[in-house]
Formats: sequence, structure tokens, C-alpha cells
Amino acid sequence: MFDYYLDLAWRSLRRSPGLTVLMVLAIGFGVAASMTTYSVFRAVSGDPIPWKSSKLFVPQIDPWGPSGRASDGEPPDALTYTDAMALMHAHRAKLQSAMYRISPSLVPEQTGQHPINVSGHAVYGEFFPMLDVPFLYGAGWSADDDAHQAPVVVISGELNRKFFGGANSVGRSLSMDGKDYRVVGVMGDWNPQPRFYDLASSANFNAIGEGVFIPFERGIAAGIYNSGNTNCYEPTKGAGFIGLQQSSCTWVSYMALLDSSAAASQYRQYLDSYAREQQQAGRFHWAPNNLLRDVPAVLDHQGVVPSDTRISLLVALGLLVVCLVNTVGLMLAKFLRRSSEIGVRRALGAPRRALYAQFLIEAGLIGAAGGALGLLLTGAGVMSVGLVFRPEIAALARLDWSLLGITMVLAVGATLLAGLYPTFRAARVQPAWQLKSN
Amino acid sequence: MDILPILSTLRRHKITALLVILEIALTCAIVCNAVFLVSQRLERIHMVSGVAEHELLEVELANIGPKADDSARTAEDLAALRQIPGVTSVASVNQLPFANSSNNSGIKIDRKQNKSSLNATTYYGENIADTFGLQLVAGRFLKADDYVDIDTAKKAFVAGDAKGLPKNTVITLAMAERLWPGQQALGKQIYMGNDLPLTVVGVIKNLVRPSIWDDATAQYSMLVPIQVSDGVYAIRTAPQERDRVLKAALEKLKQANPHRVVLQKRTWDEIREKFFQNDRAMTGLLVGVCVALLVVTALGIVGLGSFWVAQRRRQIGVRRALGATRGNILHYFQTENFLLATIGIVLGMALAYGVNLFLMVHYELPRLPVMYLPLGAVVLWLIGQVAVLGPAMRAAAVPPVVATRSV
Repeated sequence: MFDYYLDLAWRSLRRSPGLTVLMVLAIGFGVAASMTTYSVFRAVSGDPIPWKSSKLFVPQIDPWGPSGRASDGEPPDALTYTDAMALMHAHRAKLQSAMYRISPSLVPEQTGQHPINVSGHAVYGEFFPMLDVPFLYGAGWSADDDAHQAPVVVISGELNRKFFGGANSVGRSLSMDGKDYRVVGVMGDWNPQPRFYDLASSANFNAIGEGVFIPFERGIAAGIYNSGNTNCYEPTKGAGFIGLQQSSCTWVSYMALLDSSAAASQYRQYLDSYAREQQQAGRFHWAPNNLLRDVPAVLDHQGVVPSDTRISLLVALGLLVVCLVNTVGLMLAKFLRRSSEIGVRRALGAPRRALYAQFLIEAGLIGAAGGALGLLLTGAGVMSVGLVFRPEIAALARLDWSLLGITMVLAVGATLLAGLYPTFRAARVQPAWQLKSN
Repeated sequence: MDILPILSTLRRHKITALLVILEIALTCAIVCNAVFLVSQRLERIHMVSGVAEHELLEVELANIGPKADDSARTAEDLAALRQIPGVTSVASVNQLPFANSSNNSGIKIDRKQNKSSLNATTYYGENIADTFGLQLVAGRFLKADDYVDIDTAKKAFVAGDAKGLPKNTVITLAMAERLWPGQQALGKQIYMGNDLPLTVVGVIKNLVRPSIWDDATAQYSMLVPIQVSDGVYAIRTAPQERDRVLKAALEKLKQANPHRVVLQKRTWDEIREKFFQNDRAMTGLLVGVCVALLVVTALGIVGLGSFWVAQRRRQIGVRRALGATRGNILHYFQTENFLLATIGIVLGMALAYGVNLFLMVHYELPRLPVMYLPLGAVVLWLIGQVAVLGPAMRAAAVPPVVATRSV
């Protein structure tokens, strides 16, 4: 019976090819346009580390007091060097790392090649296990290396290709800002977007991955200057990098891994007791004003998701709705005309069930064709996102298969409903009446 | 044209008519708001910078290894750059407008103030006004003897020695208006951070910040007489000379010291283009969606119109046999479409207003100007009429003889 209905549906659709194409196009287009826009939306708002983000916390400590606070009364996004070192030495979280952004110059071994400038971070060894950084070769460094300011470096896979031809370069040496560093690890493909671990001082989106990671204390000792944001409430007293370290300027980012909400509240208590200590010591002249946010909260607060993208999602959804309304209208127009056909079939003894089956198969055929077209167009749309958006964002535009599935189900469901309603109406009427009325 | 028969016909096709109305209403609401969003983007893209846009070049260099005498090296570089034929002005600056990395400072007008009055970006570098091509509206620009070296200034600040500190500043009109609404800013004092007093000696018309968090504060910029040696050079030349001068500048700088890395070499037009890249992409996306919506709506009208015509062939034949002209039939369908479109547009305007309210609450958008509504209505009426023209012509072509045929 199914084959027969399929054949009937095919005949019916062929009778008005223009309309059929129009319906299929409307569905396919609606699905594709809304999904493509949504993929861009996800690209800029997606949680960069979904499996762990709610356990990763960013502490904020107020080093400036009430007069230095922004209008919302919050402490600055980054820490002063003094506070970051105090938190690091207290070592209260399971894993933690202070960090600052660097952009050293690398001189290739072969003479005649030009030095290149790379971006990177000075971090503690716990940074790598904390953020589940994947390694191609080697690994991060130990706490011992941190303590001894060891001249070691973790490099990106890309830099490894550029400098060492992609071979296992662990143990080889790299000249950075005029000093030699020993490669201990080569990272796999790792370029989380947005760069959640250092939102306070990084541009939100970077197409170029992090090139180098060196031990924090090594960076400080070697005088590798901070290349991220520096915010000062008062001018620095001392000159140069040392002056910056002694100042109340905030430029060090910090991240801590806290496994449970109990651990988080303990850490909050610790921050408050630290600020009170500072108050007693006379460094702070105000009550503790600290914050401890997890990564999703930080992303939200920093407004990393441009509201534009969210609005464009609304526009895209609107497009889907209009396309569906359009299809439903066309389907209704097509099916409502078929009451005489239904009458004939009913008079010849077809049960209502058979009629429903026939029309649902026809509607389903249109829905499935539209869905398939939508899938193709979505693929093409996502691939061409790079033509419209910055490569940084386009590189992140990935399809959300589950949402695509929902949209397809919605599209097919709407067409089925549109096929069902006229059948329902026609099937209720006495067959004799329908035959007569014609 | 009599409307009543049309209405009574439509009453027999309630659901299809309703769907057409719904489609037009949704399209109207979305397109009105999307076009409004596009106009907002465009306004932003054309934000005034205050600099000589097509005459500026940027070269940024980085040193390798320990730093030598930066200020002497910078003076050498500047002298070399000035020698290039076609260069009208050169400055070693800390930042460029729209270049995204910026120095900012809280500004107070009273030392005892608890909170800063505003946050402004601070442009350093001798000769910056000339090189950027800034426009003075009151007072004077900073002069050579206003300037102090950044290291000297820092030392003086630590020592509490007022002699080595910058004393004067030039601020933008927008900043002056915000600090002292309706008053003369010249001669007034501001405090940078907590402790550094500066006297306003000049007011410039416009100078945009390097990075913008809030469009309302985009023009809060000030010039501070501090000499910097960050390796960022702004070069001014005639627009048609830019390519040649940029090449020559890189060569000169390489000659002066070959062991440096060139971080940036670009025209200021490129900086501006990069800064607004996302706005342009968003504009393109919105325009694309709008066009798609209108096309889909038009296709929907064509499809339903054709169907209605096919369905009513017999009635049309009867009307023609009873003396209706082709024109009558054509007008019938056009009027029908006009009616549906009008109802849709009225609903759509209410919806557009509602969507705008929602966006205002959630995304801090301004109110939709009333002017967009009639504009949207006209566009949809036109599209409806164009879309229905084909089916209506086909209807008008139905011969009266159809009436005599039985089905």
C-alpha cells in the first residue's frame, strides 16, 4: 500500500511542479538560513571548555579601594602582581596558575631568516593539566621548574612545524628574546575561543593560536614584558617592568580549579581573609571587595557574546517561521482542493485511515525533500560564512547537528500538519455530498 | 471596485487568507526592525574619527633582546622618516585611533572627587596633532616645550617634582562638553588618575579612541605632552603617495637597525576597515536575510495566487460570460491582494513595534523611528502587487467559454 501511496503522491506533485518546487525551496531555504546564522552565533558564544568551565574560577581582588572602582563597584578584572603571587604561594585551589601575556621575538636557528614575533603566555606548570591542554610531544613542566625559573618552553604545533619541520622537538633549543629555552612540550591543536583563561588582557578572538608558554617566574626574571592590558589607578612609581611589578596596576590574570561548590565557597572565604590581612597590614584601607566567578559567568559579564549575533539569530528564526507559514499556506491551498478526490475514494470504499496515510505520505515527501535541500544549503552556508565574517569567527562556525535535527523535524512536522488538516476536514464530510457538489 | 464580494470570497478561504496575512505581517515586522538595525550599523561604520583618514600610515617595530637607548633611537628613526620625499609629518605615538590597543585613564575635575568623572584615552607623542591632522576649535595645540620624556615624567612623579611633569593637555569637544556642560573648557584643570593635574590649553573637534566599549564615549580622547618610544610611528603623506612612502619608510627603518621585527605596516584606511569588519559582516547578513524574506513572501503570494486562480477558473469564466472585462478580473485579484496586504501590514506594524520594544529592553537598542513603518508598508504593498500581477494576468486571460464547460 505504501508504494501505491508513494506513487500517488509523486503523480500529484508532478501535476503542479512549480508549486512543489516552491514548497521544497521554502522549507530548505528557511532551515538553511536560520541554521547558518545560528552556527555563527554559536561560534562566538560557545563555551570554550564545556566539560570544565563551571569548575574554573577567576578571582578578583580590589587593590584600589572605593574611589578606584568602576560604577558597578566591582574590583578590576585582573590582579596586581603582589596579590597574584600571594594567591599562588597560598596554593589553596586544586590547580591554579597566575599568567600574563607575552609576545617575545624568536630567532630561528638558521642564519639569514628573519626573527618572528609570537604571542604566548607566561604561566605556572599547573596551567596545562588544569585546562586539559593536549600534547603532541612531551608535556608541561614541573613545580620544580617553576621554582627554579627554568628556561623551558611549551610551543604550539604550528610553531613546531615552522621551526623544527614538525618533528619531535622535545629537548631542542629555541632562542627567545636573545636567550635559549629548552622545548619540553609541543601542544596539539589547541586554540580555545574565546581565550577564556585570560579575558582580562587578551583580544577576545584570535585566529592565530598561542605560540609559546614559558614559566611565569622565568618570564619575570628574564624581564619579558607584559603585552596584555595594564590598568593603573595611579602612575607607577618605579621605572620599567620592575616598577610595574611593585605598582598597584592590575595586569596578571589568574585561574583556579575548584571541584565543588564547597571548595568555591572555601576559596571565597580565603580571599576575604586575605583582603582582611592586607587591610590589617595597612595596604588596603577598605573592607574586602572580592569576586570569584566561574568561566561562564565571566564570559557573560564581559559581554564576550556580541548582542548583534543574538539579534541576528532572532532575525534568522523569523525567516524560518515565515518560510514555514509560506509552506503551510501552499500545502493547504493544494490539499484543500482535493476534497472531490477524497470524496471519490471514500465513495469507492477507502477508510479514513487510508486517506490519512495517502496525504501524510505526500506531505512527508515534500517535507523530506525540503529538509534534504535545507541540509545541503546549510552545508554550503556554513562553508561560505568565511566570505562574510572575519576568519577568526568563521573558523569557529560549526554546525550544531542536534539543532539542525530539531529544525528539520519542525519543518517536516509543519508540512505534515498542513497536509493533515485538509484531509481531516475532507474526510469528515459525507462522500455523497462531496461528489454532488461538483 | 466593489470590496464586499472579495470579502465574502475570502471568508470561504479563511485559513489560506489568514496565512497570507500572517506571512505579510511577520515579514513587515522583521524587515522593519532589520532595516533599522542595518541603519544603526551603517551609522557606526561611518563614525567620525577626526584624523586625516586617507593620509595616515602606521609602522610598528619591536626590538629583540635588551633595550638600548630608546629615545635616541626613536629620534634617529623620526629624522630618517622625515627625509623621505612626500612625508609631511611624522610622530612617535603610543596608539592610533581604531587600532584597538589603548592607554586609558580615569579623569577627575576635582582632586577630592571619589570617583572619576569619566574615562578617557590618552594619546602621547610629540607632533601628534599635525600628523593626525586634528582640527582645533579653541585655544592652541601642544608645543615642543610642553613635552616631557616618559621616563623623565615617571621619575619626576616618583620624586614628587612638578618640574618634570606634563602640565598642559588638549581634549576633545565631546569630553569638554561632558566635563563642563555649556562652559568654556580652556584654562580649566583636570586630574589624570589621582594626582596628575593638567590644564586644558586647547579643544579639538574630534578624535576617536583606539578601542570603543560604548559608542557614547567614543570621542573621549585627550593629548598629553609626553614623548614615547614604543616603536609605533604615524606617518602623514598625500593619499596617492602612501604605497611608495610606506615602502620607503620600511627600508629606512631597516637601514637604521636591521635587527628589528616589523609588527605592523599599514595604511590607516586598513585600520578603519579592520575595526568595522564585524559591523559590515553583520550588515551584510541582515540585508541578505531581509532580501530573502521579501523574496520568500513574494513567492508565497505568487504560489497562492496561482492556486486561487486555477481554483476559480470556472467562476472567472462565468463572470467574463456575464460581461466582466479582462480589466475587471485583473483588478479583482489586485484588490484582493491589496486588502490582504493591508491587513497584514497593520498587524505587522503592531508586531514591529512589539519586537522593537523587546529589543529595547533586552539589547539596549533605541526606539524604532516611526518613519520606518510607512516605508515598510509601501515596500510590502509594492511586492504584493508585483507578485500577484502574474496570476492576475493569467486569470484575466481565462476565456468566457470556460463557463459553458462542465467539469
